[in-house]
Amino acid sequence: MPDSRAFCTLIVGDQLFGVDVLSIQEIIGEQRITPVPLAPRTVVGLLNLRGEIIPAISLRTSLELPEADPGSPRTHVVLCSTAGTSSLVVDGIGDVVDVDEAAFESPPDTLQGPAKELVRAVHKLDGHLLLELDIDKALAIHAA
Amino acid sequence: MADDTDETDELLGEFLIESFENLDQIDQDLVALERDPESTEILSAIFRAFHTIKGTCGFLGYTTLGSVTHAAETLLALLRDGSLVYDADIATALMRTTDATREMLTVIETTHAEGPDDYQEVVAELQRLANPEAAADDADAPPADAPPAPPTPKLGDILVESGVITPTELAIGLVQQADAGDKRPLGEILIDSGSVTEEQIAAALADQKRARSAEPAARATSADSTLRVDVKLLDTIVTLVGELVLTRNQIRQLTAAESADASFVAAAQRLNGVTAELQSHVMKTRMQPIGAVWSKLPRVVRDLAVQCEKRVRVDMHGQDTELDKAIVEAIKDPLTHMVRNAVDHGIELPAERVAAGKPEEGQLLLRAFHEGGHVHIEIQDDGKGIDVSRLKAKAIQKRLITKAQAEEMSDRDAVDLIFSPGFSTAEKVSDLSGRGVGMDVVRTNIESIGGSVECENRPGAGTTFKIQIPLTLAIVPALIATGGGERFAVPHANLLELVGLDANSGHVIESVQGTPVYRLRGRILPIVYLNRELRLESTERSDHGGTIIVLRADGEEFGLVVDHVIGTEEIVVKPLPAHVDAVTVFSGCTVMGDGEVALIIDVRGMAEQSRVLDQAAQHRDTAVDNLGDSAEPAAPVLVVKVSAQTQAAIALDNVERLEVFDRKSVETAAGHRVVQYRGSLLPLIDLPGMVGSGDGDDSNGDVSVIVYSDGRRSVGLVIDSVIDIVEEHVTQYEVPDRFGVSGAAVIKGVVTDVIDVPSLVAAMPATFEELLANASERVTTDA
Repeated sequence: MPDSRAFCTLIVGDQLFGVDVLSIQEIIGEQRITPVPLAPRTVVGLLNLRGEIIPAISLRTSLELPEADPGSPRTHVVLCSTAGTSSLVVDGIGDVVDVDEAAFESPPDTLQGPAKELVRAVHKLDGHLLLELDIDKALAIHAA
Repeated sequence: MADDTDETDELLGEFLIESFENLDQIDQDLVALERDPESTEILSAIFRAFHTIKGTCGFLGYTTLGSVTHAAETLLALLRDGSLVYDADIATALMRTTDATREMLTVIETTHAEGPDDYQEVVAELQRLANPEAAADDADAPPADAPPAPPTPKLGDILVESGVITPTELAIGLVQQADAGDKRPLGEILIDSGSVTEEQIAAALADQKRARSAEPAARATSADSTLRVDVKLLDTIVTLVGELVLTRNQIRQLTAAESADASFVAAAQRLNGVTAELQSHVMKTRMQPIGAVWSKLPRVVRDLAVQCEKRVRVDMHGQDTELDKAIVEAIKDPLTHMVRNAVDHGIELPAERVAAGKPEEGQLLLRAFHEGGHVHIEIQDDGKGIDVSRLKAKAIQKRLITKAQAEEMSDRDAVDLIFSPGFSTAEKVSDLSGRGVGMDVVRTNIESIGGSVECENRPGAGTTFKIQIPLTLAIVPALIATGGGERFAVPHANLLELVGLDANSGHVIESVQGTPVYRLRGRILPIVYLNRELRLESTERSDHGGTIIVLRADGEEFGLVVDHVIGTEEIVVKPLPAHVDAVTVFSGCTVMGDGEVALIIDVRGMAEQSRVLDQAAQHRDTAVDNLGDSAEPAAPVLVVKVSAQTQAAIALDNVERLEVFDRKSVETAAGHRVVQYRGSLLPLIDLPGMVGSGDGDDSNGDVSVIVYSDGRRSVGLVIDSVIDIVEEHVTQYEVPDRFGVSGAAVIKGVVTDVIDVPSLVAAMPATFEELLANASERVTTDA
C-alpha cells in the first residue's frame, strides 16, 4: 500500500531506530575494521566491501551514548547516502515492520541532544516507539 | 543534411580532436619554419594539416572555418611550390590563422555551430599575401597539386558546381527534404521539381562515386596501426587490473601457507607472471609521450620572446619519453610556468647576452628520460642564473628568513627558497608569468603526484630545473610498516633508506635542543615517531627499538620511526572515503593481500603535521660527529642487477672478482651448469629472481658472473650486470621466505634483495660437490 513503508529496526542500547528497507544496500555481521587515526570520533574505521573501501560510522557514537562493552556484537548496515556508500554500525537488527505513514509524529521535545538532529520522525508501534533515522544526517561528514 | 544525429555527433567529436591536434602540430611547424623557411617538408606538412581541417569542415557545413582554412591552404601551396617566400608577415598571418581556427573550433565544440565572427580580416590578409599569383578560389575548387576532392562531396554541391542547377534550386530541394520531411533522396526531389533530368543526376552520382573512391588518405601522419580509445574505458581497464593485482596478492599469501598444494603454488606462480605482464602492458596503454605536453611550448616561448624582445630557441630531447596520462595532465601547468619563467626572468636581452660573451639567442633545453623507476624532466636555460645575494635580500624582506639565517645559509639552500610560498624575484610582478602562481605551487603540484623538483643554479650561466616523477600512480610499490599494531604503507617514491635502531650497537635516537634526532653519516636527521603522531599505543616491546624510515619531503629529509618494517608490496592506491579525507597524514588507502584495509602515509602531510621540516632546515647544515655510525664499520656491499626490475646486494667480503664468460663456454656436468675456470670447474648458480640464465634467451652471448669463494671452494653467481659498490651500513628487514634471500634493504632509494650466498651454495647437490672435489684434485695433481 502506498501509505505504509517497511522499516528495518536498528538497535542501539535500548533504543530502536528505523530505516526504510529500500535504502539498505546490505546488512553484514562483524567485520575486520581498520581504524583511522586522527579521524572524527564517529568514524570507527574503514572496511573492505568486496573491493570497495567504505567508512564505518558508529550510530552509538553519533548519538553520544556511552561506548558498548568491548566484544559485544555489532552489525553493519550498509547504506547509500549523499556522502556515498557507508556502513552504519549498530548493536543489532530487529524486525522489519510496516509503518503507517499517517501514524508518525515529529520528534517530541523530550528528545534531546544529538538524537534530536538525527531523528526525522517518531512512529508509534505496539508498545514502543520507533525513531526514524535521517540517513543523510547520520552518515554526514564531520570535522575531526 | 538528413544525417543521423548520432553519427554527426561522433564525426564532430573526432573532427574536433583531430583538428586541435593538427593545430598544435601546425604551431610547432610554423616555429620550426622560422629557422628553416625554405623547407618543403615542413611547408607540405602544414599544407596537409590545413587541408585536412578544411575537408571535414566542408562536409560538416562550417563555411567560415572552411573559407579561412582554404585561404591558408592556398597561401601554403604557393609557399611550398616556391612561388612565395616565407617572411615575418606571412608568419604572423599564419599564426593569427591558427589562433582564429582554434577560436572557431572552440565555439563549435561548445555550441556545435559556428559563431557570428566571419574572420574576414584574417581571410583578406591571407589572400593579400597570396597575391598576385593566385586568385582566391571559390570554396570548392581544390588547389592544383593537392590530392583530389574533399571527402565525399555532396550531390547537391556537384550539381551546382557543374551548373546543372542553381544554388536556389538546390536550396529549395534541400528544404523540401528537411523541413517538409520528404524522405526521398535529393536527386528524386530535384527531378520531380523539374530542375534536373535523370541523366544529369546519374552523371552527378557517378562523379560523387568517383570522388569518394579517390578520397585521399589525408591522415598521412597518424599510423594505421593505432586506435582511438576512450580514456574512460582505459581507466576502467586499469582499475580492473588493479583489482587483479590485489587478488593476485591474496593468492600469493595463501600459497605461502605450508599446507599449500604444489600444483596450486605452481598455478599461482603462473598467475603471478601473467598479472605482472598484464599490469605492465596496461600501464603502457595510458602512457603518452611527453612530446604531447611539450608540443605547445615552442609557440609559447616564441610569443613570449617576441613580447619580451628577446631571442630564444627551444631544443627538446627525449620527446618520446612516456608518462602516464594522469601525470601528463598534472605537469602541464608547472612545465609551462617554468618555461615562461626561464624566458621572462632567466634569458637576458640580446644586448646583455652579447655583452656577457654569449650568443644573442638564448637556448632553452628540455630533456626527458627514464631512470631508476622515475621519469626525469629537465628544463635548462643558459640565461643569467639566479643572483643568490639578491634572492636572500628578497627573502629577508619578505620575512621568510632572518638576516642571521641568510648569512649562514648555503647557496644551494638559498636557491631552494624560490619554492617558498609568496616568493617572486621579479622586479615587478610581470603579468607574463609571475602573477599569483609561484614556484611553490609548481612544487606542490609535482609533489602531489609523488614527484620532486629542484633547481640547480649556475650564476651568470643559467639554471636547470630538475623534476623527478614516479612512473605510475595507481599501482605503486610501498613499504609496509607497523605502528600501534596496525599496518601502514609508505610509498617508495619518498623513500631513501632504512636504519635499524639498536641500543646495543649505538644506533639510537638522541635529543638536540629538546627535539629527537638521529645522526646519519655526519648529518642530523630530525625524527618523527609514527605512534606519537597518530596517537597510537605502541604494542611492541621496546627491546627491538624500532626502525627509522628515512624519507624526503619538500626537498628535506627526515626519519619516521615505526615499530617494524614488514616488507614491500605493490599496492593499488585508492582514495580515502570522504569521511576521513581531511586527515592530512594519509594520502589514500589500499586493500592488503589478506583482504584488510591499510592506510597509506602521506609523507608530506606527516612532515607538515609534525613540523619536522622546520627542524630539518635548521639542522641541515650542521655537520656533526659521526658517533652513531662509528660504532659499527660499514661492510661494503656489491649491488647488482638481477633482472630489469630487480636488484640484489651481495656482501663484498667473499667476492673475489667479476668475470664475463662467453655463453658458449658454459657447459653441463652432472646436471649442473659449469664453466672451466682457472684449471677447475666453476659451478654456476642463478641468483633468486634471475630471469633467464643465459642459455636460450636473447642476451648478447655473455654471461656475467660474480666469483664467490667461501674458503673451501668457489662458485659463480650469475647476474645481469653490476650496479655499484656501496659502503653504507645497510639495514635489513625481513621478507616472506624466499630461497637464497636473507632479507631486503633499501639502498640508494631502491628496494634490494639481500642475497644469502651460503644457502645458495649449500643447496648444490651433494653428488655434484663430489664431482667438483674430484675434478679439482685431479687438476692440482696434474699441475
